[in-house]
Amino acid sequence: MALRGTSVRRREDEPLLRGLGNYVAGIHLQNAAQVYYLVSTIAHAEILSIEIADALQAPGVIDVVLNKDLDIGPYPSGNPIFDDAMIRPLLADHKVRYVGEPIAAVVAETIAQAMDAAELIEIDFRSRPVIIDPEKALSSSTLLFDGANEGNIVCRMQAEGLEADFSSCEVISEVRTVNNRLAPAPIETRVAAAEWHADGRLYCYNSGQGPHPVRSAIAKILNLQEEQVRVISRDVGGSFGAKARPFPEEVLLGWLARRIGRPVKWVPPRSDDMVGLGHGRGQIQYCKIGGSREGNITTYQLHIVQESGAYPAGGAGLPSNARAMLTGCYEIPSVGFSSVSVVTNTTPTGAYRGAGRPEAAAAIERAVDAFARDINMDPAEVRRKNFLQPHEFPLVTPTGSPYDSGEYEATLDAALEASEYEKLRIEQQRRIQSGTEPYLGIGLASYVERTAGAGRAEYGALELLPGGQLLARTGSSPYGQGHHTSWAMLISDQTGVPMNEIKVVHGDTDEVPQGAITGGSRSVQLAGAAIWEASSGLVEQAKKIAAELLEASTEDITLDTSSGRFHVVGTPAVDVGWAAVSDYLESATAGPRLLHSEEIFESEGPTFPFGTHIAVVEIDRETGFTKLIRMFACDDAGIILNPLLADGQVHGGLAQGAAQALMEEFRYDPDGNPLTTNFGDYPVISATELPFFDRIVLETPTHINPLGAKGIGESGTVGSTPAIQNAVIDALSHLGIRHIDMPCTPEKVWTLINQHH
Amino acid sequence: MIPAAFDYVRAHSAQEAISLLSEYGDEAKLLAGGHSLLPMMKLRLAVPTVLIDIGRVDDLSYVRDQGDHLAIGALTKHGFLETNALLNSECPILAHVASKVGDPQVRHRGTIGGSLAHSDSASDLPAAVLALGGTIVAQGPNGVREISSTDFFTGYFESSLAEDEMLTEIRVPKSPGANWNYQKFNRRAQDWAIVGVAAVRVGNSTNVSLVNMGSTPIRAEAVEAALKAGVNAEEAALHAADDTEPPTDLNASPEYRAHLARVLTKRALQASGL
Repeated sequence: MALRGTSVRRREDEPLLRGLGNYVAGIHLQNAAQVYYLVSTIAHAEILSIEIADALQAPGVIDVVLNKDLDIGPYPSGNPIFDDAMIRPLLADHKVRYVGEPIAAVVAETIAQAMDAAELIEIDFRSRPVIIDPEKALSSSTLLFDGANEGNIVCRMQAEGLEADFSSCEVISEVRTVNNRLAPAPIETRVAAAEWHADGRLYCYNSGQGPHPVRSAIAKILNLQEEQVRVISRDVGGSFGAKARPFPEEVLLGWLARRIGRPVKWVPPRSDDMVGLGHGRGQIQYCKIGGSREGNITTYQLHIVQESGAYPAGGAGLPSNARAMLTGCYEIPSVGFSSVSVVTNTTPTGAYRGAGRPEAAAAIERAVDAFARDINMDPAEVRRKNFLQPHEFPLVTPTGSPYDSGEYEATLDAALEASEYEKLRIEQQRRIQSGTEPYLGIGLASYVERTAGAGRAEYGALELLPGGQLLARTGSSPYGQGHHTSWAMLISDQTGVPMNEIKVVHGDTDEVPQGAITGGSRSVQLAGAAIWEASSGLVEQAKKIAAELLEASTEDITLDTSSGRFHVVGTPAVDVGWAAVSDYLESATAGPRLLHSEEIFESEGPTFPFGTHIAVVEIDRETGFTKLIRMFACDDAGIILNPLLADGQVHGGLAQGAAQALMEEFRYDPDGNPLTTNFGDYPVISATELPFFDRIVLETPTHINPLGAKGIGESGTVGSTPAIQNAVIDALSHLGIRHIDMPCTPEKVWTLINQHH
Repeated sequence: MIPAAFDYVRAHSAQEAISLLSEYGDEAKLLAGGHSLLPMMKLRLAVPTVLIDIGRVDDLSYVRDQGDHLAIGALTKHGFLETNALLNSECPILAHVASKVGDPQVRHRGTIGGSLAHSDSASDLPAAVLALGGTIVAQGPNGVREISSTDFFTGYFESSLAEDEMLTEIRVPKSPGANWNYQKFNRRAQDWAIVGVAAVRVGNSTNVSLVNMGSTPIRAEAVEAALKAGVNAEEAALHAADDTEPPTDLNASPEYRAHLARVLTKRALQASGL
């Protein structure tokens, strides 16, 4: 029986749960020194002087390094459209621009000694005015950088040739909505280590999303050949997009290791990582939507102010993803888009679960709800009237996204049915009439999102080991996704070799020749497809050997994938297995031969999973407290490889969506001091705040890859965030409340209820 | 983060801990469960130079029936209180409130004496002991003294314990038939209360205490007085924030806290049968 489509349990869990994980902090490097980065506690200042003499004399201190000591850097711009004047130094030079910016690297025998020494470094600052509000930064006379083309503006984006024409609209709705800044907060911080080997090669241990792009970045900045650098990522404790690129602190380790002639390790504490690891989201969205009173949406326009943080990194470029997904599930003839990315004295922003696509969905789903409210029509009906229809696929959207397949209305119907939507609406009215019971809110979001949108190619290889076992090498490196289970399932289905005889190697640039990041929900559909095709290739090679063993011609050989044995068509009683094939190759007179199949799968384009999420919330009318009581998620991500792993991805995504809508927000005071730098102040959501999730799985295949699979890693976040926000507003709309920005905290909701009573 | 350097000594009895306190003076802190102190040290908000570990003074972990009251050892853990049969039958509010502290890991290490000595106005157990009209027993070089819970909490993270005194026991009146209720308002189950209200009703007398409505846990005296004067629960609760100075933080403004105190007091009183 095929394993594909079955809920095979994650085989990586047992060693992880038993504490046998191989994380960077636990890797023993002989004679390693510890690095601690002294970071700025001031949001915006000139550095007049730095006094390190006392720190250098402190016990255990090996070295203290400042920007002036470096012969490398700055950190290359990640995007050609960013203003070159805003390029980031590896350590702060004459200025600090946010709290958390590394100023000095303190290297000591122990981490405690390094931290103690860091407290002895005296810095004379001349503070400068601070800008936190991105909209004020647009026109402020306080500039973060000298010589930038347009003040604090990093870049602008438009949708070329498109202009939204509202002239024929009977009704126009406008919403300004803030997509709140979040801390990704993976369990493992950006731990890293570096060690030079006698052969002149640098080994970098990394907790990221894939070693090969890290190798490129490190080699480039340290002026090394890529072959001189080996990057190793074994087990990684989460990332959510935030570790997609190595941070300056990580890149510097190789330089520090060379300078002191010893390996170095860096294990940043949580409080530092909360301001050091890139933040997610951070958009102010101006949505304008128009159409007829009958509910036909004809026009939509979105303008985004994107917070870049103090230096443009991944976040400044995210509006391009929002532009690609501008119109969501809907057929809208007239659209417009513009964005401006701007620097502020805050932590640089980057990718976070969905990276621009959840923001696009949040904007249009909020706008569609506002429009439905203004024409007094049920939000489910407005969506239904405007969906792209199945017969229209494949199609290209006004902003250029090549949608592959979609059954949007089917997901709406399934979610409405599962939630007993009509009954919920009746109950909602009854609650309002009751006068005391909690308000009920029902929120919808129908989404489509883009997966495998960046980096179309991925590497997979399979080889036969002595004894008939298989070794796979994959270019995609997991940080919680379950590649070891999924890839073994695919290989087992193709070869008939049981999963426990299949080993998967990832996360090592010496062990795997090429690879890209695991991100954008790309792994199964690209790396999985590569492994699938490489497996098929290995079977074809093995058939030739089986033919020799069975004294038949290769065309007559077939593989029974239920047993993993080859036989001549029609005579299954006489067969050979993979072990026999391996033995034969080992004993070959010309010396051992290897069966090895390699595949670089390249897709023709991204895929576009979709779905409808319905959130049900209760709001305590006296306290404003919102409780998410039901969460229905109908998701269609094409053919599902492992339903259990897909459930896990969706559950985590729904939780993060609920967290953004109700709980989480990274906050600063007006002086640029971060207020939420630990898990007491930054409310990462937990199971106790979440309901049991109701999942409805639909499977509309894509033609883009041989597995028919789309990505499911981020959909949970894309749909749930606006669904829950819409639910809160829906619960209060009878009071005349039109909008609430996320997170919908108790005090915010209470204040609005008060204003409208 | 990693705490600043400190010396560590383990005390094997209350007596030994007290003499160590006398020896080290204000540079020392007692370490019990460590779930308030250690995070503050890691953030370097607390920088004691000596930690006196009393975590293994096992003879201070108990709940005992003393006739009209229960005696609870200072080093009794929240998880122990939560499940203790005697406490659940004779003073159920305290067992219940203990079950609302933090998460299971915290309740497995944190102690009632540590929580009271830490005197955080946002903590649950100090307010519960206050509502019960409990007594705190402190032992110092010159012997033992009893402190009424109404006199114990003196300021922001400050109690009336002297520098060389150790909190050894908490005494609470038995109240098996009492009506009681605890309202804890927070965003996540594991969090401190944004506002909390404990109500204990014995006979015709009702005690009400407030969590996180000032620099210390406080009794809602205006509510208690209103009830004594015969006002109903809903109207009495309107006085919950009288004479309070609620703090501001990321979760709530003073105005919102005052409102929450009124709403939660109403609910606590009504749930207590008023």
